[in-house]
Amino acid sequence: MTASATASSAGWRLKQPSIIPGFGLTLGFSLAYLSLIILIPIAGLLWRTAELGWSGFFAILSDERTIRALYVSFGTAFIAALINVVFGTLLAWVLTRYRFPGRRLIDAMVDLPFALPTAVAGIAFASLYAPNGWIGSLFMPFRIAFTPIGIVIALIFIGLPFVVRTVQPIMEEIDKEVEEAAATLGANRFQTIFNVLLPGLTPAILTGFALAFARGVGEYGSVIFIAGNIPYVSEIAPLLIVIRLEEFNYAGATAIATIMLLISFAMLLVINLIQAWSRRRYGNV
Amino acid sequence: MEVKINNIRKEFDRFAALNDVSLNIASGELIALLGPSGSGKTTLLRLIAGLDFPTAGQIFFGEEDASRHSVQERNVGFVFQHYALFRHMTVAQNIGFGLKVRPSASRPPKSEIKKRVSDLLDMVQLSGLENRYPNQLSGGQRQRVALARAMAIEPRILLLDEPFGALDAKVRKELRRWLREFHDRTGHTTVFVTHDQEEALELADRVVVMSQGKIEQVGSADDVYDRPQSPFVFSFIGESSHLPVEVKDGAVLFQGQPIGISEGADAAGDLFFRPEDVVLTDEKDALFGKVTACRRLAGTRIAEIDIANNGHDPFHVEVEVPLHAPVELGSEARFRPTRWKIFRK
Repeated sequence: MTASATASSAGWRLKQPSIIPGFGLTLGFSLAYLSLIILIPIAGLLWRTAELGWSGFFAILSDERTIRALYVSFGTAFIAALINVVFGTLLAWVLTRYRFPGRRLIDAMVDLPFALPTAVAGIAFASLYAPNGWIGSLFMPFRIAFTPIGIVIALIFIGLPFVVRTVQPIMEEIDKEVEEAAATLGANRFQTIFNVLLPGLTPAILTGFALAFARGVGEYGSVIFIAGNIPYVSEIAPLLIVIRLEEFNYAGATAIATIMLLISFAMLLVINLIQAWSRRRYGNV
Repeated sequence: MEVKINNIRKEFDRFAALNDVSLNIASGELIALLGPSGSGKTTLLRLIAGLDFPTAGQIFFGEEDASRHSVQERNVGFVFQHYALFRHMTVAQNIGFGLKVRPSASRPPKSEIKKRVSDLLDMVQLSGLENRYPNQLSGGQRQRVALARAMAIEPRILLLDEPFGALDAKVRKELRRWLREFHDRTGHTTVFVTHDQEEALELADRVVVMSQGKIEQVGSADDVYDRPQSPFVFSFIGESSHLPVEVKDGAVLFQGQPIGISEGADAAGDLFFRPEDVVLTDEKDALFGKVTACRRLAGTRIAEIDIANNGHDPFHVEVEVPLHAPVELGSEARFRPTRWKIFRK
């Protein structure tokens, strides 16, 4: 208590007195590591983009194909993350609330999208949802694969564990007494779940959404097989970057990457602000 | 609302948490369920609320068989030990929750809910805090919010599970007095669970002493303290000591020797007495033993005495002695109970 009080009265200091040694060493290591892994590559990205100048940058930005690709990438990632929020939360609910044979198996299966090579998933989805595939043929003449809907399906697969694994531990901590309190006050199950339990899970659900969304925006391997990659329709921004690279148009590739980075950063910032707000409101979750 | 509990049995995995418990609670009464942990007191409270269902037996609210009804239908106010407030709702939203979730036919209009909430906040002396969140309140304030929330639905009975268990001693004392006044003002039939006998004796009209899934005794504070009906109640409520005795020809014998007190019918049993119901004596017929410890306790002194037991572990008793009595560590003390009870074996 006194340590923090004096520290705050003295203003911000780099090194606060602490009984735990090694602050300098660990902070130094963390910064060096972050630089190598994240900061230097991003700096390189911005550096390369800067070669274009503002006019070249805006030319790429306003290119119809770039805009469509960004739209497809962010739009499908957003829809997939929304769907994952609903069904991922439901899955987490089933796994935490009920005991049934095969529960552990399903619990383990949730992590498969983490482990499976994304290209394998992509090929499997493409062959299942293709117009002549098992599932795809059922929906003919409506096409699933090789449209943005196919992309959404691949991204749902990729993002599912992010939602389940962030919501599950918080759900396990829900106090049984809170539900009982709602019941004694006359609330039915529906009211208890939607007015009492879910609002308490909001921060965790938002985190899961942000992770699934961020992952979906950057996803490449599983999407390109099922997307059909039709320019202006189902071409995702990461693929467009690869195409520019293959054309040796490095500045063009980094420009698209920079735009993606900025949009992602802005969206994650907004989500973080919402989270911070809900944490402050509901207390530490 | 009058509550009748008839021959309730509750099993958890074949283990009987409550065994043939019957109890009548009069309308407007403040009743304490008192017992050590595992005695079934909380289980009984949850059965009354409808949070659990009995294995056998019935619970009547007035003439109505409540044990057929779900917790939502019973309309009881339940206050949990750890408050169980909804932390994403403000104090006002917490209190208004029970009204808000009513079906639209019986739901009061918004302005009415608002008025009720502010009345309840007045009643629990928390006016001005309606827009706070539970994590911005102290423990005592949270407990009062929980109580106001339970009262908002105009419950037929009010049930409190260890209501002051998580609070510090000073707040606990304040809230205890406050709850008594609150009860006297509102007149709700109230049942609360506690393991703190001081709380139960001070607060309740009647105390239900429970042990191992059974009711040991029901009575006023005076009844359970002065006229305990079982060895458990005698030793659980207040301080006491006990010794194995025999009664022969009206005289009470300890280890075959008369100890200067008499009793009606012949029998063998355990002699129970309280530390304060003892006099020191010089007479030959008395209990005697070695003083092993002496403790000052407010206005008196408590002497711990070991009574020899033919080479076995000595009997250990505690007696209250006057401050200036010649009782010294290691000396022999002779005493005789003035009030006692013998529970036959």
